[in-house]
Amino acid sequence: MQEASAPQAQQGHHGPPEGFIRKYVFSLDHKVIGKQYYALALVAVFIGMILSWLMRYHLIYPNGKIFGLEFLSKVGAPGGVMTPEYYLSLMTMHGTLMVFFVLTNAPFAAFGNYFLPIQIGAEDMAFPRFNMMSFWVTFVAFLVLMTAFFIPDGPPISGWTAYAPLSAVGPDAGPGQGWGQNLWGISIALFCVGSLLGSLNFIATTLDLRAKGMTLMRMPLSTWAWFITACISLLAFAVLLPACLLLVLDRMAGTSFFIPAGLVVSDRLQAHAGGSPLLWQHLFWFFGHPEVYIAILPAMGIVSHILVNSIRRPLLSAKVIIYSMMSIGFLSYMVWGHHMFVSGMNPFSSLMFSFPTLTITIPATVMTLIWLGSLYGARIRFTSASLFALGFISMFVSGGVSGFFLAQPSIDIYLHATYFVVGHFHMVMGVAAIFAVFAGTYFWFPKMTGRMMSEGLGKVHFWITFVGTYCIFMPFHYLGLAGNVRRYSSFVDDFLLPLMPVHRFITIAALITGAAQFIFLYNLIYSRFRGKVAPVNPWEATSLEWTIPSPPPWNNFGDRHPIVYHDPHQYGVKGSLGDYVMQDSPEKIENES
Amino acid sequence: MGKFFAVVLTIIALVSAVPIVRHTWWMPPDISTHGHAIDEQLTDTMAEAGFSFLAAQLLLAFFVWKFSERKDSGPIKSLPGGAKGLVIAALILVGTEMLALGVLGQKAWASVYFTPASPNALHVQAQAGQFAFYFRYPGADGKFGGLHPDKIDEGNQNYFGLDPANEVEARDDIVTGELAIPANREVLLLMHSKDVGHSFYVPELRMQQDFVPGLDLSVHFTATKVGRYEIVCTQLCGLGHYNMKAYLNVMAQDDFEKWLKQKASEQ
Amino acid sequence: MTTSEKTAAVIRTSAEEAARSGIWVGIAAITMTFAAFTSAIIVREGTDTAWHHMTLPAVLYLNTLVLILSSITLELSRRPIAARIRGEQGAAGGSRSGVLWLAATLALGLVFLFGQYAAWRQLAAQGLFLATNPSSSFFYVLTAVHGVHLLGGLAALAYLVWKLSLRAPGLRRSTVEATAIYWHFMGGLWIYLLLVMRTRL
Repeated sequence: MQEASAPQAQQGHHGPPEGFIRKYVFSLDHKVIGKQYYALALVAVFIGMILSWLMRYHLIYPNGKIFGLEFLSKVGAPGGVMTPEYYLSLMTMHGTLMVFFVLTNAPFAAFGNYFLPIQIGAEDMAFPRFNMMSFWVTFVAFLVLMTAFFIPDGPPISGWTAYAPLSAVGPDAGPGQGWGQNLWGISIALFCVGSLLGSLNFIATTLDLRAKGMTLMRMPLSTWAWFITACISLLAFAVLLPACLLLVLDRMAGTSFFIPAGLVVSDRLQAHAGGSPLLWQHLFWFFGHPEVYIAILPAMGIVSHILVNSIRRPLLSAKVIIYSMMSIGFLSYMVWGHHMFVSGMNPFSSLMFSFPTLTITIPATVMTLIWLGSLYGARIRFTSASLFALGFISMFVSGGVSGFFLAQPSIDIYLHATYFVVGHFHMVMGVAAIFAVFAGTYFWFPKMTGRMMSEGLGKVHFWITFVGTYCIFMPFHYLGLAGNVRRYSSFVDDFLLPLMPVHRFITIAALITGAAQFIFLYNLIYSRFRGKVAPVNPWEATSLEWTIPSPPPWNNFGDRHPIVYHDPHQYGVKGSLGDYVMQDSPEKIENES
Repeated sequence: MGKFFAVVLTIIALVSAVPIVRHTWWMPPDISTHGHAIDEQLTDTMAEAGFSFLAAQLLLAFFVWKFSERKDSGPIKSLPGGAKGLVIAALILVGTEMLALGVLGQKAWASVYFTPASPNALHVQAQAGQFAFYFRYPGADGKFGGLHPDKIDEGNQNYFGLDPANEVEARDDIVTGELAIPANREVLLLMHSKDVGHSFYVPELRMQQDFVPGLDLSVHFTATKVGRYEIVCTQLCGLGHYNMKAYLNVMAQDDFEKWLKQKASEQ
Repeated sequence: MTTSEKTAAVIRTSAEEAARSGIWVGIAAITMTFAAFTSAIIVREGTDTAWHHMTLPAVLYLNTLVLILSSITLELSRRPIAARIRGEQGAAGGSRSGVLWLAATLALGLVFLFGQYAAWRQLAAQGLFLATNPSSSFFYVLTAVHGVHLLGGLAALAYLVWKLSLRAPGLRRSTVEATAIYWHFMGGLWIYLLLVMRTRL
């Protein structure tokens, strides 16, 4: 070929970073960006968890004083006693933080940004500048959202789902529906932009920057999950963005996309006409359903990746896992109406939506059976990472089976908007997906920092969390069966009073389990500085991230260009290093499939 | 570690199943004509879900117990049948199960939503607003007066915005704070929202339907047991959402007529 | 070839492919956004008993012609630009006509945006503002969102013009291709929006 000058070769890719700002702040390095996303998710999850403590405490002591709450909001908690509206504000922020800034960030943006390029043998993402922008836009979105806590009217009270017209008519609808809701709309719109930039990178990188020999089928399952998730995410967030725009316009520019005529809110006739509250629900859930799969698919990929390594044998079929993830991704776009069965939508549509919803059970079951079936004949190694991966399977099953009920409109007549739904989504998102994040952290921490986390503390963290989350969220299903309505700031109805002992049990479990998360935080921070130095491949794993130093250099593979000879599932074979063969090892394997 | 995991998981799975099997916290008894189909559907689903749950958790526990890392380094055993067997099993079993639930389940749904109300159903209108439910009966003329949002005046108890001065039909409308209905007579509930989204939920009635501002929605049902049941709002509507409720008062036919006369005289 | 040259070549080709995939991915996202707007219009029109149809300002059709013209000038610029890029990797060559056609595209794009602004002024003169009625709301939103995306395309065009005005542009073929695909997509999208507005608003 012709000569290539060095500057030209680096076009689109960057040279080694220089200076503190370039290295740690406005970094183009996907690894730094991944860590930044992780740090953001960590902050968000602890805020979200504390919000949940405040909520749970208020539910069992509605008139109880919470020390210090009046400093967060004089209006929301005069004398430290939470008002009903402030409960709803905290609930809205809890949901928004957890769904967007934790569950979309941690398993997907954080680990995906860090490991996708490495796992496919690339030097960086395809568009490092867009990548950097994606994090900083997300960070600004976070700041905008948090500002809602500090304005006089407080955060919005309409829930993370922000149904219109409650969210659209403005301050007449109640406290928190002034600037709080505007900030929410702006924050989420920004989040959409950040997410779109990120997905763009994941897709282009996976398609075009794979190393030699890294065919699509040789990519690790975590990479596959990130890729499929990016495809879903691209289309889903592209719909939420216009929805938020229209909502903000209804609130601030007097349009009536979601507000019908003749509404009398707080004794004031609203000057709007012709809008449709159901339109908001359709647009929101068209995004919202794929969003929950955006939360769980990377988790499935990470767990599969860690499981293969921990059980020291390949999964029964990686291809089936891949095709199942693809079908889940595809089906996720056809089911959004199951959030709207009793919404006033055409009841025939409700029936139509229930069939693909029930159908999604099939790939989910297939994946679960593959995971379980792969354990047969395995030689399971128990580490903090593998415990959380195994725990994920249990949690995914628990959360998934409640879906059987909610997928059917006739049963949903009874269970809609009860704690049964809250139990369902907390088990799959709030527990299972978070377990995958924990597993990923314990697994990849040595690579990211060059140090090992404490296995002892990790195991304590696992056991308290595993038992604790069951204690918190299993009872939610019983409450739902008894008809316990959700989003209530306290329980005053006759039929709810007998359920208070269950709520007290849940609150205690939540406080204890939450406290145990500080063990994780301590482990994370202590090990970062004082952990045992990590070898290159502490878990005897096969994928490309374990071929480079811990932590990796700025360009991942140095001047090397890795060549891939195998898929990442070569465990339980006679390798030169042990019972495994790494992806870039040229050695031949008997009976390689 | 593996054995400990298996034991803990088994205990959790079995303990979780107890309140379900014993109905410790369960649906209240059904007082509707359409509810038994829903209850049956729920029980069938519970059997399948319960079986799947226990099977999966116990299998996980068993495999973890049995296949913890051992010292032998023989060839890896694989599940007989491999992936293919599992996929086919899943497709057939889960596929039929889901199809059955979907197809059978639509009967209960259809009985609520695809059958029209009978022509002699009692018409009552419900209005949901922040944070109360009000109900309106058409009175002797059998017709409802029009709704005029600009005439709503809660201070003077004109919750619906009626205009009796200018509309004949509105003059005999009966507005109440509780929903009284006769037992064993079909009721057509016309649902109107004054401000934001709300929902009508009576667990005993197996009935839940959102109020959507701008949409004329309705549900119909027949209650079979005399008694007082709570109607609660289940669609987040603002700070008073937790407290927004009314009572469904199912009465014998005579008692209902007496009640209605009483209310009419109070208007 | 030395190793670093091989590496550079590999990076260059994979970066080129990435730019091509990237632009199609971006177009997919933008399409989804306008699909959402379209369904919002359809739902809204269906439920609204008091829908006021509006007459589209005539200048819109002129703007459409301008945009179509700009796609033509863009295509005319591509061969000279490709030659210029190839030229700097071997023999000298490449005329200035590439930059001129590109500048014409940029200018036409600006004319389009001014024309859109004129359309807004015409509507305002008729008393139709953002919140006046549902169809006017959608008109302003659709044209504004399209305009914002078009601005992005203009920025890319301006970048290309600037680069080509340097002695050694150091431009990749894929960057030009991606910009062209995006610009044509903006034109196609506009025609689609015009049809939707014509038939629905």
